[in-house]
Amino acid sequence: MPMQAQEIEDLIRESFPDAKITITDLAGDGNHYSAEVVDASFAGMNRVQQHRAVTKALKGKMDGSHGELHALALTTKAPA
Amino acid sequence: MPRGTTAPTTRKKIDMSDANARISETIQANNVVLFMKGTKSMPQCGFSSRVAGVLNYMGVDFADVNVLADEEIRHGIKDFSDWPTIPQLYVKGEFVGGCDIITEMTLSGELDTLFDENDVTYDKDAADKIREANG
Repeated sequence: MPMQAQEIEDLIRESFPDAKITITDLAGDGNHYSAEVVDASFAGMNRVQQHRAVTKALKGKMDGSHGELHALALTTKAPA
Repeated sequence: MPRGTTAPTTRKKIDMSDANARISETIQANNVVLFMKGTKSMPQCGFSSRVAGVLNYMGVDFADVNVLADEEIRHGIKDFSDWPTIPQLYVKGEFVGGCDIITEMTLSGELDTLFDENDVTYDKDAADKIREANG
């Protein structure tokens, strides 16, 4: 079952209420998204730690072949 | 003992620690390791292909582990690194990132820095060419 962009944003928003979140449906198929998350809590974290935090927010939706979310290209950063 | 008589929970535990041990051994024995779908000469997934392609183009000597050929490693690597996706790049035993992070680091020059710091040989001109083509 493909996910809606809004669902992805809502899930991320739960964990990062004040983040700037941009979701793009890359292929128009509800399966390949990119997400850019800019949040103050990322300051002092390296990229791996930032991505892990977002992955955690997605609560297993990205878990391989069983996940609803097939491909999410992730970009994370702290606000400049 | 027939396989069916072994308690599933016990078997799973043994498999996991075995996977962890094998992963540890691989990333200690090789300076640069890419866990990927397919091999570096024949990747079987676009994301794996992108990272292997960058490393190949930069002339980096790296070990490739085809997770499609090893179910135990395929699942074990995700727990090992607390990272849900493949490919996964390790340098000097440290997890560096997956496809998005390696792409970003290649374009920003951070990957060059990481290789410099860890005495990993690579072709700087090739890295610059990637940046020129994607700048």
